[in-house]
Amino acid sequence: ADFWSQEFSGILPPGLCFATNACYRTAVQSGYQVAESIVPGDIEGKQHAPEKSSLVILVGTPGCNELPSLESGENYTLTINDDHCFLLSETVWGALRGLETFSQLVWRSPEGAFFINKTEIEDFPRFPHRGLLLDTSRHYLPLTSILDTLGSYDPATHIYTAQDVKEVIEYARLRGIRVLAEFDTPGHTLSWGPGVPGLLTPCYSGSHPTGTFGPVNPILNTTYEFMSAFFLEVSSVFPDFYLHLGGDEVDFTCWKSNPDIQAFMKKQGFGNDFKQLESFYIQTLLSIVSAYDKGYVVWQEVFDNKVKVRPDTIIQVWREETPVHYTKEMELITRAGFRALLSAPWYLNHITYGPDWSEIYMVEPLDFKGSPQQKALVIGGEACMWGEYVDSTNLAPRLWPRAGAVAERLWSSELVTSVDFAFKRLTRFRCELLR
Amino acid sequence: VWSIAQNSPNLFHTKCSVFSSNYLDVIRARSSCFAFPGRYYDYIFDFNKSQLGPAKRNSAVELKQLLVSVVLEPECDLYPSITSDESYTLAVEGPVAFLKANRVWGVLRGLETFSQLIYQDSYGTFTVNESNIIDSPRFPHRGILIDTARHFLPIKTILKTLDAMAFNKFNVLHWHIVDDQSFPYQSVAFPELSNKGSYSLSHVYTPNDVRTVIEYARLRGIRVIPEFDSPGHTQSWGKGQKNLLTPCYNGPKQSGTFGPINPILNSTYCFLSQFFKEVSTVFPDQFVHLGGDEVEFTCWESNPEVIAFMKKKGFGRDFQRLQSFYIQKLLGIVSTVNKGAIVWQEVFDDHAKLNPGTVVQVWKNEMYPVTQAAVTAAGFPVILSAPWYLDWISYGQDWRNYYKVDPLDFDGSQEQKKLVIGGEACLWGEYVDATNLTPRLWPRASAVGERLWSQQNIKDLEDAYDRLTIHRCRMARRGIAAEPLFTGYCNF
Repeated sequence: ADFWSQEFSGILPPGLCFATNACYRTAVQSGYQVAESIVPGDIEGKQHAPEKSSLVILVGTPGCNELPSLESGENYTLTINDDHCFLLSETVWGALRGLETFSQLVWRSPEGAFFINKTEIEDFPRFPHRGLLLDTSRHYLPLTSILDTLGSYDPATHIYTAQDVKEVIEYARLRGIRVLAEFDTPGHTLSWGPGVPGLLTPCYSGSHPTGTFGPVNPILNTTYEFMSAFFLEVSSVFPDFYLHLGGDEVDFTCWKSNPDIQAFMKKQGFGNDFKQLESFYIQTLLSIVSAYDKGYVVWQEVFDNKVKVRPDTIIQVWREETPVHYTKEMELITRAGFRALLSAPWYLNHITYGPDWSEIYMVEPLDFKGSPQQKALVIGGEACMWGEYVDSTNLAPRLWPRAGAVAERLWSSELVTSVDFAFKRLTRFRCELLR
Repeated sequence: VWSIAQNSPNLFHTKCSVFSSNYLDVIRARSSCFAFPGRYYDYIFDFNKSQLGPAKRNSAVELKQLLVSVVLEPECDLYPSITSDESYTLAVEGPVAFLKANRVWGVLRGLETFSQLIYQDSYGTFTVNESNIIDSPRFPHRGILIDTARHFLPIKTILKTLDAMAFNKFNVLHWHIVDDQSFPYQSVAFPELSNKGSYSLSHVYTPNDVRTVIEYARLRGIRVIPEFDSPGHTQSWGKGQKNLLTPCYNGPKQSGTFGPINPILNSTYCFLSQFFKEVSTVFPDQFVHLGGDEVEFTCWESNPEVIAFMKKKGFGRDFQRLQSFYIQKLLGIVSTVNKGAIVWQEVFDDHAKLNPGTVVQVWKNEMYPVTQAAVTAAGFPVILSAPWYLDWISYGQDWRNYYKVDPLDFDGSQEQKKLVIGGEACLWGEYVDATNLTPRLWPRASAVGERLWSQQNIKDLEDAYDRLTIHRCRMARRGIAAEPLFTGYCNF
């Protein structure tokens, strides 16, 4: 719908009703929050515009108690005219998207009356995976930061309990948001060590252990016993089909220094190629996780280092220039038949002076050499907010509205590229977010 | 402690005095007007957050009293100034701690230090180490610039900023209150300025708002110096004051747009006289900032009347002379109302004739030590801001760069270096409003705060990192959403 159209269609009275055939709680609960924020109190409306008394929401197959998935349909149509006022979708997830759009279309006259223009929208996302990465390890984020809601967490322990996790997952579900958990190994695991003695590789200086530790120790059976038990739990706690297994930035120095590992490398015939040891670990881990009937997402190093992965693995591209430019990386990954997620140009933790949102907005995820089949393998992307310099004091202003630029790039058509037009809408949307 | 006291080595005594758990008797000696600020009780004892336990350490002495003594006339009812004495001594030797200062300003600084010395041991008992501190600031002008024209800042945000400034021993709030984009200052003499020039009528600072800020600042020993920047940066002034700005021309016809303040009209100076007369009564500080930066000459160049005026005055095509003509008249107006003036460096660079005592604020980053040398060689005091533009954010720990700056690192004599009265961390508002001001300012500005208070030889970055992370958590505990320096957590 053209937001700037001249005709207006209807006044919304206080207490606009949402009549729906399905999932009153699920679809409409979030919808009501939307509606309550736009229809408060007394309104003096201009009587020459037809008053709409209800937005009818019709959902084909509601699935209200289900979880959203990568395959979930999010299509919807929104029709507002003299005769009709309805939102149609096949799934409840589409209804949620449509309600969000509906809430953004409502505007107020200077007298305070609420209006909505005649609208005919057929909408669906360009990419099915439109994500936001939050890092709660570099800085603990209280649930309020994560949810913007009341969360019961213990500020003293800096721990997310099972209850906390459940709350996040359910809160997300009601908004049609999947929760993809990442347990990054074998690197980035120093904090695992204190609680699981023997898990990490002891580093050596010559023939003596230095007392420091490196990545997960890939040569011990105990490692895989632990991972089996751990990921069994993780698989049941996090209901999404996919788990993110990490696999990035594995530093080989510690492995190299360890004599047991050196012996293992020799025995396996890996020579001096530690990428093969890394592959060995990752492959074993992947088969553990597959056995729990989970799919997995991994960082690009897993692909770059030629780890043998299942064909339905999703590879997340995060490195801008190495080993190749990220557009080339997208080409290589899709050419090999894997699905890809783009993050490299969307590291929102990399702040700079000025309105960097426009560069973020101008990224075209399919801007690489490849066949249509290849391009179809790009399932979307993720804006990343790594936590080295971020906690609850600065997370929200650092994330928003810049992440909005990524969101539109992943939802809307590739033809929507006017930065000026986006600026107008984004400044308005930003004020909406504040409200 | 942030900022490190002048004689810091004495801090590292191992002997500890121990407080009784929740009460510290503060006795005022020889002071008629000084009232112990209650907020320091909360800062020290953290009433909402701490577990109060009895003193369990038998070896320690119980600290019963903090004795505050002001030696000279305290100046409690005065406004702080550039010559205010902020020195203090703090001796903690159980059972009494002595805080002694010449003026109330020193008491405030000493209280802040004292509140930072106190910690809770593993039992939760409030503890302070035996200390003997003699402290005073290296530079008398230690400021923060806020910009309420590019984005309106609610009063609450300004007051929070003043609190944080006090935690970091800043003593000047440089209030860049109006600019091209908006005019939120409500003038009694010229109400149309904000009626027409503010973003909206709810984005206005009333006289009451201004009074609130000034008094809140005063109680923290902070001066409020307003900046009414001209002749450039004045688009918003033209909305409410007709004929103030220069009409630009497109050939022979007016283009409909306006440029800087029109320097050739008597009405301009009539207006400025009245306006700055009001400003001089509203803002009690001895100094007022007149701006004078980034004046675009194109509009003046296009205006035939301006050209004629230039000819008459013998300025030729040198618009710097017209600019200087304007500034000099403005400086005259300001001195008539008995205020001192601070200006941006262009005023000096472009050769205006400045009254002695006019302070020049150095903000251009290219070769700023050279500018410092030139300004001080000409005998004018300098406020340094060039390396401290905190609105220029970047990824990583940029506080280190701010900390490494040495304000006296330029070629000049001792007399010249004495003319550097201090510096200001600037947070311009193009990309800043109440949603992100506090984490963007703190703790990065703290690095500037210590650089301006503490001695030159306090420059160990590792030690600074350790203390600043603690200080950052302290600020967070006191309600300032200071962002993290790096990974980690706060212990509360």
